[in-house]
Amino acid sequence: MKPEDYSRRQQELAGWAVTIETYKLGDVYHCTIANVDPGARFARADGATREEAESHAIEKATRYLAQTRKFEV
Amino acid sequence: MKVMANVLVTTDWVAQHATDAGVRVVEVDVDTTAYEQGHVPGSAGWNWTTELCDTLVRDIVPPAKLEQLLGSTGIDNKTTIVLYGDNNNWFAAWAFWQLKVYGHDDVRIMDGGRKKWLGEGRDLSTEKPSFKPATYKAEVPDLSLRAFLPEVQQAVAGKKAALVDVRSPQEFSGEILAPPGLPETCQRGGHIPGAKSIPWGKNCNDDGTFKSFDELKALYAEKGITGDQPVIAYCRIGERSSLTWFAMKYLLGFDKVKNYDGSWTEWGNLVGAAVEKP
Repeated sequence: MKPEDYSRRQQELAGWAVTIETYKLGDVYHCTIANVDPGARFARADGATREEAESHAIEKATRYLAQTRKFEV
Repeated sequence: MKVMANVLVTTDWVAQHATDAGVRVVEVDVDTTAYEQGHVPGSAGWNWTTELCDTLVRDIVPPAKLEQLLGSTGIDNKTTIVLYGDNNNWFAAWAFWQLKVYGHDDVRIMDGGRKKWLGEGRDLSTEKPSFKPATYKAEVPDLSLRAFLPEVQQAVAGKKAALVDVRSPQEFSGEILAPPGLPETCQRGGHIPGAKSIPWGKNCNDDGTFKSFDELKALYAEKGITGDQPVIAYCRIGERSSLTWFAMKYLLGFDKVKNYDGSWTEWGNLVGAAVEKP
């Protein structure tokens, strides 16, 4: 199968730059979210539509990112 | 220094040879569910959290477990193993490093990994192939590729090896304890005294492929890492540093380069260990 409707973009979530990658394979949209630096995937979700997959992944990512603490250096 | 040939293959090569006899393509991801979201047709998937480690003791995969894993993946000692994965091949490089520790001869990485394969719109499969079992015999571990804590402590004390911290600048400085969105796994932030910051991502182009020899050489030379002295790479748990280890050893041809897989989750949790900030 060929992945369809592939997209990759950067945006900010909870104060952090992330990359959101989405594609459709068969009947399912797969969305994964990675931090831009260092580039680790840390949230993902599937859905019947792009919006559904991305909104679920973004909700998870926002929750995880909110737990990342910053320390003064 | 000797640059190794045939350790990188292109996505084109994989598209043409993924199911050849004597070749086994294996996906290894940070996100262990990525394989199920579609993978290179005919490829196997390995889970780094359960299959590429000792799940009782913190250690790399034990030899008997590796032999079982490779055998069940239809891999024998002569198989060409091609690894790829997400995050520009972080855990593909981790698997590569372990396979070299155990002496597998022909291991390669698909340049650009999952990111490039997807970006090129290539075929994906959700079918998990089955393989005819093979017999695999691991070699005695080559510990010249692996650094343990005492060696790192000696390197700090005696400056006998260069330390390369491949984490992000924010992790290096101690501003954050783990990559954004991931659980904190250390008690202190910062870096090992004397370490040079060369984030892993600087090895790669935007499409996930490795930079050229000249670009990599300049990247490391700028920080005084020329291959003339031993080098120890580390990150948080040893997978990002596997990628840097791969670049230094196989793309630049540094002879004495080790991966410190204890990394910051060991050093940053040690009672009394010196930490440098920023």
